Amino acid sequence: MGDMVSLSGNFLYLAFVLYLVATFFFGGTIKDKRSQGTKSLASRIAISLTILGFLSQVGYFITRWIASAHAPVSNLFEFMTFFGMMLVLAFIIIYFIYRLNMLGLFTLPVALLVIAYASVFPTEISPLVPSLKSHWLYIHVTTVSLGEAILAISFAAGLIYLIKQVDQSKKSKRTTWLEIVIYGLISTLGFVLISSIFSSLDYKATFEFPFDEQITEVEYNLPAIAGPHEGELLTEDRMSSVFEVPSWMKGVNAAKKFNTLLWSLVTGLAMYLILRLLLRKRIAAAIQPLLQKANSELLDEISYRAVAIGFPVFTLGGLIFAAIWAQEAWDRYWGWDPKEVWALITWFFYAVFLHLRLSKGWHGEKSAWLAVIGFAIIMFNLIAVNLVIAGLHSYA
Amino acid sequence: MSKIEDANIRKRNKKRNRLIFRTIILLVLLAALVFALVSNLTKEKSMIEKGDQAIPFVLKQLNGSNDTLNLSDLEGKGIMLNFWATYCKPCEQEMPYMESLYPVYKEKGVEIVAVSVDATELVINRFVEKYQLSFPIVHDRDGQVMDAYNIGPLPTTLFINPDGEVVEIVKGPLTLSRLEGYLQQIQPK
Amino acid sequence: MRKLTCDACGHVNPQGTSICSECGKPLQIDSNDIESNKSLLNMRYDGSAVRSKTHNKSIVDKIWNFFSSVKIGVTLIVITLIASAVGTILPQEMYIPPNVQPADHYKDEYGIFGQIYYQLGFHNLYSSWWYMILIALIGISIFIVSIDRGVPLYRALTNQKPTRHESFLKRQKLFSETDFVSQDDQENIIFSLKKHRYKVREENGHILAEKGRFSRWGPYVNHLGLIIFLFGSLLRFIPFMHIDDFVWIREGDTVVIPKTDGEYYVKNENFILETYDEEDERFSEAIKNKGMVASNYQTDVVIYKSTGTQLIGQDPDLAEIKQGSIRVNHPIKFDGYALYQSSYQQNEFSSISFKIHKAEDKDEKALANFTVDLTKPQSLYELENGYRVEIDQYFPEYFLDEGVPRSKSKYPRNPAFVFFVYPPNQGEPEISFAGIGRNVSSGEGNEYKVGLTGFEMRDVTGLSVKRDYTLPILGLGAAIFMIGVIQGMYWQHRRIWLHPKGNGLMIAAHTNKNWYGLKNEFAKIIADTEINMVIDQEQEDD
Repeated sequence: MGDMVSLSGNFLYLAFVLYLVATFFFGGTIKDKRSQGTKSLASRIAISLTILGFLSQVGYFITRWIASAHAPVSNLFEFMTFFGMMLVLAFIIIYFIYRLNMLGLFTLPVALLVIAYASVFPTEISPLVPSLKSHWLYIHVTTVSLGEAILAISFAAGLIYLIKQVDQSKKSKRTTWLEIVIYGLISTLGFVLISSIFSSLDYKATFEFPFDEQITEVEYNLPAIAGPHEGELLTEDRMSSVFEVPSWMKGVNAAKKFNTLLWSLVTGLAMYLILRLLLRKRIAAAIQPLLQKANSELLDEISYRAVAIGFPVFTLGGLIFAAIWAQEAWDRYWGWDPKEVWALITWFFYAVFLHLRLSKGWHGEKSAWLAVIGFAIIMFNLIAVNLVIAGLHSYA
Repeated sequence: MSKIEDANIRKRNKKRNRLIFRTIILLVLLAALVFALVSNLTKEKSMIEKGDQAIPFVLKQLNGSNDTLNLSDLEGKGIMLNFWATYCKPCEQEMPYMESLYPVYKEKGVEIVAVSVDATELVINRFVEKYQLSFPIVHDRDGQVMDAYNIGPLPTTLFINPDGEVVEIVKGPLTLSRLEGYLQQIQPK
Repeated sequence: MRKLTCDACGHVNPQGTSICSECGKPLQIDSNDIESNKSLLNMRYDGSAVRSKTHNKSIVDKIWNFFSSVKIGVTLIVITLIASAVGTILPQEMYIPPNVQPADHYKDEYGIFGQIYYQLGFHNLYSSWWYMILIALIGISIFIVSIDRGVPLYRALTNQKPTRHESFLKRQKLFSETDFVSQDDQENIIFSLKKHRYKVREENGHILAEKGRFSRWGPYVNHLGLIIFLFGSLLRFIPFMHIDDFVWIREGDTVVIPKTDGEYYVKNENFILETYDEEDERFSEAIKNKGMVASNYQTDVVIYKSTGTQLIGQDPDLAEIKQGSIRVNHPIKFDGYALYQSSYQQNEFSSISFKIHKAEDKDEKALANFTVDLTKPQSLYELENGYRVEIDQYFPEYFLDEGVPRSKSKYPRNPAFVFFVYPPNQGEPEISFAGIGRNVSSGEGNEYKVGLTGFEMRDVTGLSVKRDYTLPILGLGAAIFMIGVIQGMYWQHRRIWLHPKGNGLMIAAHTNKNWYGLKNEFAKIIADTEINMVIDQEQEDD
């Protein structure tokens, strides 16, 4: 059994490397002189590597399923990894419809980021709690994450569109927002990096603080910028907190999570500023010249098409299957749990996207901005709702 | 000429039909909205209400000579129906008031029935012995009566007039003077 | 009402029409309509007049028009979306501890923000009247928008003629003109169109090839599904349609199932709580990190139906109708009802055994034994060797209330007793106090002591009781929505017009989405002909 687990881990690692290499090959296609050069060697290698990576990740999925005897979508690590895999699948589907290499250059890094992000969370196989013991676990989770992954492709296409189209000759609201989006992506990378660094250093600092009228301990794995409210550092030779979180931050791990968020933002900011210094211009402005060959109309079309394809899948998985399962497991098909509400918000949002596009003619840049906001909502639901707003779905 | 007239009539009919169509649809939708709002507001209909008929029941009686008490047998009398439990402190406090007024009002055709929702007869018996209660104490062991009357907090007291109609519902403990006022209200004329 | 007469064919179109429904010539509309000044035609709803955009005065028409606006619909959704998001910032009232006052809870836990949140009603947002009104308004908007746009679109598409005015073709996004087209190529392209599953209609040499028209009905089908869904949700307010209750049952007990009018009873045969094995290699690490994990919550039950009519409170005559296990994810269902495993308690005692021994006896040798069944404690126990024990007081959940022993509830979670112990042949009892973890004789110099020898506990299971006749309606609504959304999103309505001009051919193509796919398909259709590829006129403008 242990062999199966390590085999599974190796498959995932291989998939990660393949995606990474594929990204570089997709990068290579940009310099390709022929427009829409899908026949070029670089693009063929790139998509082949992507498919190989995907197959390897499928291997990870199957072997882990065998090892744990349940679909590996039951905790945050497994779910985020699966989301990354669906992202790649969605990309492959869209790629074979539109054959746009540039999409790979943007989608694969997002998938890499998602998988790297996942690996920061506990990766051990956890037993299923009774409410998760149902076939609906994988029916619901796989459909919803495929739906969200396809919607995420809309974000990738929209982002390329915006980087290409937004006027970088002068500073404007649009350039600022675009930088914020990029900074958000960099912060995720920052989170992965800083977590990995301190995890390899085996950093541990324990605080004790009053919680629910008793003294509780919490172990920090990052140096504490923000310590628990009225907390006291127990471990020696560790940095004590710079400040304490306000008392309304409830929950045993609230302060720790907030500290992690701070670290991610700070590391992200540092990386962003270094990049800005090196490039001596806005990040988007630096990328823009590489995208001149991109066909804006096609990007707009892909961004919309991804929503058109993803919306029904998301509705089915995120609302309908979810409701059927909730009816079986929690005796009500809808309970206004934060995760449910955010699925509804996502659904509302893409319904608005489609109405504005179809009835109000919101094409091009407006549509691209909506695609970016939609992705932000999805990521908020995947991550923040689990980590920040606790509810029935916080299995992580 | 008639052609134009025809056309005008047709146009007018069309316009009128459209107005009727739209009015009907809007009214139906409005009705649905009002229904939803009203239902939502009255959703928490917590218990039996003033003006409702008392629900008949039969329960084991723990004191006095009878084995069981059938509410229907008390027809024609005013009934004070008190829901209580031994572990409920406010219930305990109002018991002496009920005991002191009981003999007087029994003469006047008012019956006091105290429904205990305790789990065991032992605790009720000890309680009755302690307070020397003479009015009928019945045991709703399975909570069926409490469920049927949809009783929330204890104590809750219902005052039922001789026609079987609930005229007053009091949640929480009663004072001696308030108790007497309610008893007078349900006293048969 | 003003009508628009087409200057090309003389057809009279209703006001609001932008493209003549007869010949397709763009109509002159108000110059302030920006869309009309663009070079490309706006093909939304095929240029037909949205019904509400007609001349009107009455209040009914005004209300109707308000709801028929997509802008209003979208605005309503956006407001609902934002409100929903705000509702997740703090836990809803139903998720806060049940024993606190909401007003205090929000203030104490979240300070001034919590207080404002509570005051504005966000603590109970999703069942607040204004949230319900928002949802209802969205429903009304969906209903009216669909009637208003679906009907004219249906008319426009069923009545369309192959012959379109030249300017109609020229102002389509995809357009090409070929000066000379041979007879062969004319036949080739028609053949090819048919091969690509286009329905081809001809009228005096003018050709309209069309496919996937049914995808245009997708939005109206999915809106219908949503309306059915909302209707189903509305029906839940009728008490008959929807029952939602909860019942605690102790092991061995049979209780009436609430909200069934005393018709059904359920017996808790056994409650089972299982946990994962720490030794299990797969999960040992996770269990080490997170502690024990439950693997199963289960209640074995028997469902009874009451036969005959009893008064409330009488012991019912029960007939067994079903036996089975309720587990999480596996409710038991009978006669439209469903029972779900939803909670449990493990801290109740069912019986306690005591012994009587001499107070000074170090070995505490039992002189007499007795067991108190906590569901039916007797007042007197006659024991071996002539001992008698009387229960003077029984406190199921004992606590000291300002020095006075009392019970918190009727549930034996912390049972304690005051016993009168009558030694053999003695009329005067000794008073003894005994309970879980405390068996001190209350009288100094007592000769006997009552000691605990054992106890049995029983679990309490919490089942929720549901009956929901609206589920089939909601399911139907959801299914229709899915059909509609797939129909609308996964297929496209493609049209190609061929307009003969001299020896040549003007061609225009239109689709409601996926222009990329249409272009590729068109390229294949004309592959074996000399006909010019369509040009994307929108892209040229860029």
